[in-house]
Amino acid sequence: MFKLIPRENVSPVLSLLGPLFSVGFTMLIGGILFYFLGVDPFAAIKMIFWDPLMSETFSTYSIPQIFIKGAPLILIALGLSVGFKANVWNIGAEGQYIMGAIFGASFALSLYPLESIMIFPTMVLMGIIGGSLWSMIPALLKVKFNVNEILVSLMLVYVAEQILALASLGFLRNPDGAGFPGSRNLSQYSSASNSELIMGTGIHLGVLLSLLMVVFFYVLLFRHSLGFKIKLLGNSPKASGFSGDNPNKLIFLCLTLSGSLAGLAGIMEVAGPAGQINIDFNVGYGFTAIIVAFLGRLNPVGIFFAGLVMALTYVGGELTQFMLNLPAAAIQVFQGMLLFFLLSFDLFVHYKIKLKGNK
Amino acid sequence: MDLSEINFAVLVASLIVASTPLVLAALGELIVEKSGVLNLGVEGMMIIGAVAGFIVGVETGSAYIGMMAAAVAGALLSLLFAFIILIMQANQVASGLALTIFGLGIAALMGHPYTGIKSPQISTISIPILNEIPILGTMFFQHDLIVYLSLISVLMIWYFLTRMRAGLILRSVGEDHDVAHSLGYRVITIRFLAITFGGAMAGVGGGYLSLVRVPQWTEGMTAGAGWIALALVVFSGWRPFRLLIGAYIFGGITILQLNLQAIGVNINIAVLSMAPYLATILALVLISMSRFRGNRGAPGCLGISFVKTV
Repeated sequence: MFKLIPRENVSPVLSLLGPLFSVGFTMLIGGILFYFLGVDPFAAIKMIFWDPLMSETFSTYSIPQIFIKGAPLILIALGLSVGFKANVWNIGAEGQYIMGAIFGASFALSLYPLESIMIFPTMVLMGIIGGSLWSMIPALLKVKFNVNEILVSLMLVYVAEQILALASLGFLRNPDGAGFPGSRNLSQYSSASNSELIMGTGIHLGVLLSLLMVVFFYVLLFRHSLGFKIKLLGNSPKASGFSGDNPNKLIFLCLTLSGSLAGLAGIMEVAGPAGQINIDFNVGYGFTAIIVAFLGRLNPVGIFFAGLVMALTYVGGELTQFMLNLPAAAIQVFQGMLLFFLLSFDLFVHYKIKLKGNK
Repeated sequence: MDLSEINFAVLVASLIVASTPLVLAALGELIVEKSGVLNLGVEGMMIIGAVAGFIVGVETGSAYIGMMAAAVAGALLSLLFAFIILIMQANQVASGLALTIFGLGIAALMGHPYTGIKSPQISTISIPILNEIPILGTMFFQHDLIVYLSLISVLMIWYFLTRMRAGLILRSVGEDHDVAHSLGYRVITIRFLAITFGGAMAGVGGGYLSLVRVPQWTEGMTAGAGWIALALVVFSGWRPFRLLIGAYIFGGITILQLNLQAIGVNINIAVLSMAPYLATILALVLISMSRFRGNRGAPGCLGISFVKTV
């Protein structure tokens, strides 16, 4: 049999190879899955990973789409990764994303049709506040009563979805919308619209912010003492306590930080690509961001690329839906598989494997 | 609004039906956690059970065969989790999440052609004499086989954990895997078995949902039931009877809000639909407050990977 020997230092080469191998394995097993679904595996894999980037017919639309879909994933995953490092598990980002959107949109729509240059920045701020308030519930319960943050943050996703339904059918419903569910379209309200920065691409402020946040988190984690404290809390809670850090403060910070970013992603989305608050506003970015955080090895730069790869599977997945009739859920399976391979591959990053000779 | 339209005995009976998927899934997770493993993939295993049970039930025309298929499907999915965390030493929290994401995807994929079909009926078994007791008979003694089985499993799991040697070994593995290992117990094997059992129970719970409780297949139909089951285990303090009571309280809240919706009470449906989730949070807060100094009942090695060093 084999024996595991812990590595003294995590191998940097292997920790980079892990995500690459995982993507490769996912393509392989995913291809087999596609075969059983009656879809040509080579065509499907090519359409997911290659065509959005290289095909002349699709790429002019697809490449900006990758950034648009990647932005919320990157924003949310950056926030989550900080918590994951500290062993603080916010898995309710989907709810914080919804609440950010509702908070921000409610503020802007309450002022409609007033036009002012102050509306947009205040609306974004309200979005961030909405997300962070929602994440403050599990944070306070964790810190005050030691309630499991995983379960509370997740339960709040379902509550947020109901609030979203309330908003789209009730308090935010468009009064001029002929009774259809959904709010006014923010893109038709110029003071609140998160309009595109580059004409015809749909690239909006959120994409730019996601890039800035990568830099911000890089500095925070690797150049600031807070980053060290967070990692210490995750790796050795005892040492963290001895060094005088208050774990409760760090836990609270990790949760509200990730909530704020999810809220930011939410308001950017509702004022930009989505346009309005509606029942089907959330599409699972908050959950996919968990995979993005791991695919990026909880490293800001890694998360940036991971977010783009994951966005590629979304964009490519949509293509396969239209062109090859592949069911939408196949992409979710694909993403779940990717996370399995990633987590499994960590074994080789953290341990050396030795074959034991026959005794 | 007329509250008298709600028949109390029927309400309790439907409460028991509503709670049964939670009881089954949470009991499975209880055993998993007692072995020291935290499997956050309950939701994924339940939905796989729901879809597999429904498909096999419809194809064979037998809800019982469907239920067995649900158990097998849940167990198979849990084996994947077991392999990743026990052999590949992956982080349990992240792997459990992956299992949920993966399970929801696979289930949506498999179930798509079966949306909107009716499932085969499961017959109720009235227990003679007892079912004729007024009110109580309707409440407790006119259910299907799975409900009785869920109650028997509560008893059996309690007996197993507290009165049997094998149960003691399972608990010792969960409490301190290094000590259990040095005593010669096969930590990995025992955890494999526990995880598989948990998967099968979650699968049956899901199967009950799609074959009896709803009974239909809709995408994402578990709607957080797996997560509520996880919360129930914490709420119960890792004790089977308290788990049963907890599950019935949650079931009661769900049924009450559904009944209130049905009789058209003047509260928004969305607000009523939040109730089970808010109740879960409230229950977790209350239980954590009452024993703030450490989680009594939580296994010592819960969520920690076991690496064989000797």
